Amino acid sequence: MSSKPDRTAPLLWLLFSGGGTASAMLLPAMVVVTGVAVPAGWVAEDDLLSLIRNPLTRLVLVGLVFLFLFHWAHRFRYALVDLGLGRLGNQAWLFYGTALAGTIVAAVAALRL
Amino acid sequence: MTKELMRPLPRTWWLRKQNYLVFMIRELTSLAVLAYAVLLIGIMLVASDEASFSGLFDFLDSTTGVVIHVGLFVFAMFHTITWIALTPKVLVLWRGDEQIESDVIAGANSILFLVVSGGLLWVVLG
Repeated sequence: MSSKPDRTAPLLWLLFSGGGTASAMLLPAMVVVTGVAVPAGWVAEDDLLSLIRNPLTRLVLVGLVFLFLFHWAHRFRYALVDLGLGRLGNQAWLFYGTALAGTIVAAVAALRL
Repeated sequence: MTKELMRPLPRTWWLRKQNYLVFMIRELTSLAVLAYAVLLIGIMLVASDEASFSGLFDFLDSTTGVVIHVGLFVFAMFHTITWIALTPKVLVLWRGDEQIESDVIAGANSILFLVVSGGLLWVVLG
């Protein structure tokens, strides 16, 4: 155990709770869009595509990917520790690195649209 | 170095009580959040050309796509319900000397959830 204060901890907790709130408020409805509205034909393919290509939508989606991924990274890492898989869960870089990499891919994809 | 005096826990401790199991499922809903983030990244990657986007649209329309979404919806709702249930513990508000009741805070968050969900569906489907 290091006695140095961990300066990143508050930021990671903030992202965890930001992502937790964003997903709690939005995820069920988003799942309804891609899981019910699309198969049921409530939304046309062209309309959904132009909505996704809208710059404001892209900005929101990249923001959500960022928050969702950091929420997952933080919560899943500690769940692994609780499951007795601390050796894996304590490899912090693996989880936050994945979250950061995913955010970069999302941002690049959004910029290329 | 001090010697660690922690009693080792069996890895299946969370199966012992219903409360523990609910806690573990709650923590593992983060996997659904991850899965949806991956889907969002995929959607943005394929949205650059019509043909690839059609492929993804067909996948969402398939049985596999729907089954995956049923699972995602269950986990997403579990996350929403447990998250809102925790909001009064995080958000402690006072009106003068009187603490605002936890039901009011959780209730306000539930209403917010319904409004936000309705708003999102209205934007996408309206």
